[in-house]
Amino acid sequence: MPPAPKTLVSERVRDQEAPAGDPKVELRGMSFHYPGRQALQDIHLTVPEHRVTAIIGPSGCGKSTLIKSINRIAEIGNDIRVDGEVLFDGKNVYAPGTDLVDLRRRVGMLFQKPNPFPKSIFENVAFGPRIHQGRRRSELEGIVEKSLRQAALWDEVRDRLHTSAMALSGGQQQRLCLARVLAVDPEVILMDEPCSALDPISTARIEELIEELRSRYTVVIVTHNMQQAARVSDRTAFLLNGALIEVDRTEKIFTNPSDRRTEDYITGRFG
Amino acid sequence: MEHTSRQYEKELQQLKEKILLLGGTVELMIASSMKSLLTRDSDMAKNVIASDPRVDAMELEVDHLCVSLLALRQPAASDLRFITTALKIVTDLERIGDLTVNIAERAVELNEEPPLKPYIDVPRMASQVAGMVHQALDAFVNRHPGMAREVLGEDDAVDRLNVQLFRELLTYMIEEPKNVSRALRITFIAKYLERIADHATNIAQMVIFLCEGQDIRHSPAGRGSEGKV
Repeated sequence: MPPAPKTLVSERVRDQEAPAGDPKVELRGMSFHYPGRQALQDIHLTVPEHRVTAIIGPSGCGKSTLIKSINRIAEIGNDIRVDGEVLFDGKNVYAPGTDLVDLRRRVGMLFQKPNPFPKSIFENVAFGPRIHQGRRRSELEGIVEKSLRQAALWDEVRDRLHTSAMALSGGQQQRLCLARVLAVDPEVILMDEPCSALDPISTARIEELIEELRSRYTVVIVTHNMQQAARVSDRTAFLLNGALIEVDRTEKIFTNPSDRRTEDYITGRFG
Repeated sequence: MEHTSRQYEKELQQLKEKILLLGGTVELMIASSMKSLLTRDSDMAKNVIASDPRVDAMELEVDHLCVSLLALRQPAASDLRFITTALKIVTDLERIGDLTVNIAERAVELNEEPPLKPYIDVPRMASQVAGMVHQALDAFVNRHPGMAREVLGEDDAVDRLNVQLFRELLTYMIEEPKNVSRALRITFIAKYLERIADHATNIAQMVIFLCEGQDIRHSPAGRGSEGKV
């Protein structure tokens, strides 16, 4: 059995009722076009700081594009056009002169399939701080340990830090990727279906980590698993055909959504 | 719109039908228990008493289906509200069944003695209470919050009838100690009816939750019983 989350449900509920917190990321009338196809239309979405925001919706609705537009990796290899604004700490990330390396450090990302580098466990975590921040070797050891501890992986790998990351299990690899994100001190962590390739125990571990991360980071998670959205998030946004249909407190969305289309989707009356 | 999973759709339909069957059974029990009192028909009263195990079995069936739906389907939104509502109102319905059994037991006892007085307020109260139960169930079937709200408004009238009846019966008891056991039994019956009205009110409140997602219990909007004896 995975250990129980440290936060009590009653605290979570109280938290959800509290004011949403300062906006960390804000999409204002944002539309996203791939060549010949509009993926998102006129999205207005506020992601509050130190909260977990879940994005749900059927395949192809634009969920992944939405989160990848925040750290501007949706445009990699694509000829795209963005209208409107994506504000990160109040600044439009699509404004000319944005430092993309810095943006992607401050807005980290976890993908569907764990993607460790084919290097040692240590090197996977040390890579970012060394490249981004020019950390010295003496500092790196501390950063690696701290990040692995935060990702709840330290105890399992402390004796084999210099062995290949590829030998870890899928769940361990995903936590390693999380440690790699945490090592460069991000503010926002984007997760694109981080558990879809994991078994239920590894999934529970990641979910418990999300619970712990929310006090220090702002998390945006895309998931096909609606129970997961219900379990881990404070707010849930429902996307359909590139449009944001509804965003509200997660408890509200799952017990009494305002929009008929949200209701049909989460109750399985779809299509 | 129907669920993508037909089996899930079918199970939700089954749940609704089971609740209705239980509701219909207890409505019949209310009518029969009252009739057994008014027509002094103890056999009819005994039939009511005998139907209690069937009600209990139906309650268990509904509970079982709800738990299995919760475990296997992870219902959300209106489906979740429907199943949690079913779980709660099934308890109210079963309790209504128990109360009709109590009425029938008092009827058997009263039928063994000469009538204390003609029954006037008791049948009035009973028809009002039966109407509340019927309307609460109709509101549930049709998912009609307006009908449910009307039920909430009627509870006070039943409470007032109960108080009035109690005062009247008290005078009989003061007048003549020989009347006490019969007057007490009638008082009990009025009290059982008043409790049935409370359960109908609970059902109506849950129907409003089912339809609107708002829990109005224990708030001014869910006002039900007052002036209890």
